Amino acid sequence: MAPPRDKFGRPIVVVTGMGIVTSLGAGKADNWTRLTAGESGIRTITRFPIDSLKTTMAGTVDFVSVEPFTSIGLTERLAELATDEALEQSGIGRKGDFPGPLFLAVAPVEVEWPQRMELGRTVGKLDIDYDDLLRISGGGKFSAYHHRFMFGSVAAHLAESFGTKGSPISLQTACASGATAIQLGVEAIRRGETDAALCVAADGTVNPEAVVRFSLLSALSTQNNPPQAASKPFSKNRDGFVMAEGAGTLVLESYEAAVARGATILGVVAGCGELTDSFHRTRSSPDGKPIIGCVLKTLADAGMTPENIDHINAHGTATPENDKMEYLGISAVFGERAKQVPVSSNKSMVGHTISAAGAVEAIFSLLTLEHQRIPPTINYEIPDPAILFDVVGNKARDARVTAVMSNSFGFGGQNASLILTREPA
Amino acid sequence: MTETTTATPGPTEVWITGIGLATSLGEGLDANWDALNQGRINVDEKTFAPYIVHPFARVSLDAQIPKKGDQRQMEAWQRIGTYAAGLALDSAGVKGNKDILGRMDMVIAAGGGERDLAVDSAILSAQAKGNSAPGFLNERLMSDLRPTLFLAQLSNLLAGNIAIVHGVCGTSRTFMGEEVAGVDAARIALARIAAGQSDIALIGGSHNGERKDLLVLYEFGDFNLKDKFTPVWSRQGHAGFALGSAGAFLVIESKEHALARGAKPFARLSNVVADLSARNKPGDVTATLERLWAKLGPLASGGAIISGATGAEPVTSEERAFLQKHGDFAMRATGTRFGHTMETQFPLGLGLAALSIARGALFPADDPSGAEIAMTTPPSQIVVVGVGHAQGEGMALVEAIK
Repeated sequence: MAPPRDKFGRPIVVVTGMGIVTSLGAGKADNWTRLTAGESGIRTITRFPIDSLKTTMAGTVDFVSVEPFTSIGLTERLAELATDEALEQSGIGRKGDFPGPLFLAVAPVEVEWPQRMELGRTVGKLDIDYDDLLRISGGGKFSAYHHRFMFGSVAAHLAESFGTKGSPISLQTACASGATAIQLGVEAIRRGETDAALCVAADGTVNPEAVVRFSLLSALSTQNNPPQAASKPFSKNRDGFVMAEGAGTLVLESYEAAVARGATILGVVAGCGELTDSFHRTRSSPDGKPIIGCVLKTLADAGMTPENIDHINAHGTATPENDKMEYLGISAVFGERAKQVPVSSNKSMVGHTISAAGAVEAIFSLLTLEHQRIPPTINYEIPDPAILFDVVGNKARDARVTAVMSNSFGFGGQNASLILTREPA
Repeated sequence: MTETTTATPGPTEVWITGIGLATSLGEGLDANWDALNQGRINVDEKTFAPYIVHPFARVSLDAQIPKKGDQRQMEAWQRIGTYAAGLALDSAGVKGNKDILGRMDMVIAAGGGERDLAVDSAILSAQAKGNSAPGFLNERLMSDLRPTLFLAQLSNLLAGNIAIVHGVCGTSRTFMGEEVAGVDAARIALARIAAGQSDIALIGGSHNGERKDLLVLYEFGDFNLKDKFTPVWSRQGHAGFALGSAGAFLVIESKEHALARGAKPFARLSNVVADLSARNKPGDVTATLERLWAKLGPLASGGAIISGATGAEPVTSEERAFLQKHGDFAMRATGTRFGHTMETQFPLGLGLAALSIARGALFPADDPSGAEIAMTTPPSQIVVVGVGHAQGEGMALVEAIK
């Protein structure tokens, strides 16, 4: 039997439950089948009109509905679905009584347009300003909006539903949020504060203003037809990411606690690391140092070297900048091995689930370890000659995989990486 | 390898070595301290009438955010926060120290979403005039939104701006969730340092209370204080909070790290605890606060409490019931003096607690209801209390270093 602590003397952190929802479907089984078949979840947006938009497709989760519709309400529902699945698999605690804290990655919350327009209609004037809105907002008619649009509302709801312990944390580190939620759980278990942590990341924010905002930053692909071909990580003709929705939940436990209760161990979070880029609000430092530093910190945290990593689940957003910088950073650390390690981007199929991406991709990485099969990067027809990764292009590849590095690099200089393994080292 | 090996032989002592305050009472520790001692409060009852706000005291932004380009990339809440963060780094003596800043961890409590009121108003007016064509909203947003506004709305871009302007770039985590986000930021940063997962951290938050979009959000729940300013403890019949503008940041670090670089501490951050009361029935919050109090560690009689009570009901009365059970502790409410600064209220309380300990006096009582009593001895223990207007409760113990 492996020792219950890692080589640094810390409790080993294992995964005993996983749940996932993406534009490909609900649940691990559906997602894995479609992901390894190279199917795309990207489609033309039908949730709202697409007139005047430069980007008209996204990886929306259209098979889940909430009433009345809000992006934050959908986010909450996706989080619940993923968490239900993860808890069922884990079998930890009792229903509504999870024995540990909640770490939730969630998009920033704002009053949304349908609700703002409802306020406008209530004003009943032709020229409306915020003083008018203020006059009609009180008195209890819109009290549900207060609750719905509090930043902490999703976490409070999940904490109550699943019975997590203590103060639930809602966090935001842009595209790295899902990885940060896992990292917070790993740290809490390593500190010995808890034997278990519920790490959830959800994003249901494909709405008109969100699409416009990313569009105005020129971050989105505009290759709308066909939508399935828009997300082209590592291709020469890539032109941006595709917004998407989804959720991922991981039940983390100390190895000791998981073994003691006879839980099935799905994998190990062997290492995590983060390093901030202070170069620019949306761009990476041209020298790649923050990405290099993030990857090195993660390897050090896991007590590993690049030789130990046999698959990279790339951030791979398909923006011209990200993919170039990711290759630069990885090749600086991995040297020649950067061309030999199979690399893939789940975002080619599920799009960029933004606040959820780090957790969604950690789950796909763990499924890769379980099935010893690497999901493809679809739409890889014209490789970028400047990116010399061994991209798993278009078709899934069977491979011996013992350790996966999963990267998340986001706006605001947020870089985070995870290393996931099958067995305790 | 033996099973008894641990990475963290014992909890490390954590010191508060830097405080940065930029509030409605002024910028810097002296200006805020003087105003508190003079009983000065900065309230604006007119600009947003009938709503009351505590407006940000003007600062020369260039002093902490030298590049105009950086200032332009932010909205007010980010400028306030980036400014106050710079003050905290100055206070700790680490400003410009690339070695330390490059590995400094940052845990920030933030809201976000500052809106362009003119764009929103124009769209709502056009809708009222019958423009309901499909894609109308898209067209207006595509043409009217400033591209950079998004970056000023994103919650994690306060941290992003602090990294860019001040070079704090070890790690960066942003917590959301209104008041208790400020508690959890301190709680996680402290836990990491105490366990040896971090040496030094910047924690805090910022809030711009002079925003009609925020007033609308809180008006949904009838939370805004209207018409007339009263101290927090005198609002039972006239409940609500007056939004305040403030940035409050602290540098905290392990005792060993502080000693090695010769840093002088304000106080020790001994404990931070938090919970989520169900708030299903009367007394829930009072009971939660009692449980948190019991977890803080040994408390000697005759200490002080700095409360972030909002003035919203019924939760402020619930907190008061808890405070009355600890009447031997001199209590001060930051809400009376600074307004309600939401995510920032708890870091603000931490800053004032550490400052009071360092200056050997709790700032004077200022409350006609008698809830605040005089304290004549130098405080050696101050409990900071943060209770969310809608959810979340937390406390910290700040102590003198003997």
